[in-house]
Amino acid sequence: MEAALRTLPETVTRLAPTAKAPAVADTNAASSGVVRTHRLARWLRLHRGQLRGAALGLVALAVFVAVWQVLTESRATFYVRFTNVPSPADVLARAILAFHNPVFGDHIWMSCRRILYGFTLASAIAIPLGLLMGRFRILREIVFPICEVTRPIPAIAWVPMAIMLWPTNEESIVFITFLGSFFPILINTLQGMATVDPVLVRAARCLGAGEASLFREVYLPASLPQIFTGLTVGMGVAWVSLIAAEMISGQFGIGYFTWEAYSLVQYSDIALGMITIGVLGLASSLAIRLLGRIAMPWGTAR
Amino acid sequence: MAGTARGLIEVQDFCLRYETMEGTVEAVANASLTVRPGEFVSIVGPSGCGKSTLLNALAGFLTPSGGTVTVDGEGIAGPSADRGMIFQQYSLFPWKTVRQNVEFGLKMSGVSRSERERRARTLLGLAGLTPFEDHYPDRLSGGMKQRVGIVRALATGPRILLLDEPFGALDAQTRLIMQQILTNMWQRLKISVLFVTHDIDEAIFLSDRIYVMTARPGSIKAEIVVPLPRPREPAMTLSSEFLGLRRGLMSLIREESLRAMGGEVSLDALKGLAINLEGQDLATVL
Repeated sequence: MEAALRTLPETVTRLAPTAKAPAVADTNAASSGVVRTHRLARWLRLHRGQLRGAALGLVALAVFVAVWQVLTESRATFYVRFTNVPSPADVLARAILAFHNPVFGDHIWMSCRRILYGFTLASAIAIPLGLLMGRFRILREIVFPICEVTRPIPAIAWVPMAIMLWPTNEESIVFITFLGSFFPILINTLQGMATVDPVLVRAARCLGAGEASLFREVYLPASLPQIFTGLTVGMGVAWVSLIAAEMISGQFGIGYFTWEAYSLVQYSDIALGMITIGVLGLASSLAIRLLGRIAMPWGTAR
Repeated sequence: MAGTARGLIEVQDFCLRYETMEGTVEAVANASLTVRPGEFVSIVGPSGCGKSTLLNALAGFLTPSGGTVTVDGEGIAGPSADRGMIFQQYSLFPWKTVRQNVEFGLKMSGVSRSERERRARTLLGLAGLTPFEDHYPDRLSGGMKQRVGIVRALATGPRILLLDEPFGALDAQTRLIMQQILTNMWQRLKISVLFVTHDIDEAIFLSDRIYVMTARPGSIKAEIVVPLPRPREPAMTLSSEFLGLRRGLMSLIREESLRAMGGEVSLDALKGLAINLEGQDLATVL
């Protein structure tokens, strides 16, 4: 027993340097070697999942367009009628024409501007309101019931009221867009406030943080992941509301363009309008996601 | 930072009661304790005895239902950077880098950007955390997070440090290393420390004195002076002095833990069950 105890430390000291040093050297040599020689191979291996996803996505889109082409070319009719539906080739031809016409660009620009105004306004009001409602119970108790009653009303149902309320069509459309995105942002900000880790608030207060600092340094950053969820959802609903409003009361905008195409029997333009709306919606939600990455470099969302 | 002795904690007849539908619950009853300037004092006790409650009152998160709680003779009106606190849960701000976390308290007290950067760098250097200063907390291990937490609490130069089972979530090895780091830091800074734990070895290894609390409603059951010399070395945990203290504390806490669990296992309670003890005493079976 005593002998064992005496020899033990020796074994430990002897083992440590020999075991550690070469291991470190090995990994260094190995990793730097890999980096230098097989950079591309390594990148491909690490991004295999994403690459497969992208490839499958492209194939699926191609199949979708091909099926569309076949159905319209053959004027298929099986309860659903493809007789008047424009083919992808028709739409492409119209798209090339439209992109050479400045009016089409104006339609897109008008819609984007309305989204920008409505959505920015909604964020500027809903985020601070949500933070304050999350922090101060009395404010929540006053505002929440009003929200719960007005929230289920679809933005489209506000169109007649909006036309009465606002002096110009432009303002009423922006108002509809604002309403569409307002509630998702507010509700998600509230949700974010509810999930703020109380120990972080206590830690901040122990370090001398006052109420204003708590909002800036703790509540806001802690709620950011949910706020961005709200912004993404809000952006989607903003587009839905905008297109509906434009179809009813607009004189410009991509929703108006699509509806006008139907009235003027320009069937290819209907599909062109729809695809444009889809692309714009996709682009704006990507923009929000990018903004989220920039605003949350600590990356807890991932 | 001042050379004068400060950081005297005095708790007199501290009581904490709260209301439930069943009536008034007494969480802590007439607890009194003192931490002299520069002293390291631990509180041990069974779970739910109100040791964390006492610490929260000192931090300023709750007001006592009775008695007085003072630091350097002043009452406590709310949380302040004068009283640093370290929690069991990792409480680093995930959206701030290690250095930004350490700078937080200085930022709150209006220290200029360059000055707080300088001070944070110095402290992080002392704690051996310089290589990680630009890391976000999610990339740090549990031990490292708590080290940053301690540095962050010390950055504002508090009079006292309150620790609420700070190493409870760490593995045994890391825990030992953290205890060593904490005693070293404390030895250099000579700040008053009140340390809450349920780990007896930890309490003996770190403290000058240990208060043992009773089961709920918590009050001070015993006060034990730890005569081990400083600086403390890990080898001391095997000394007969240490083991003697350990044995004494164990039996004190065991009594209270059993009370907290509702008393000794009763033989009568098992009478109706079909468990064959084969003539053995239940205590030996369990």
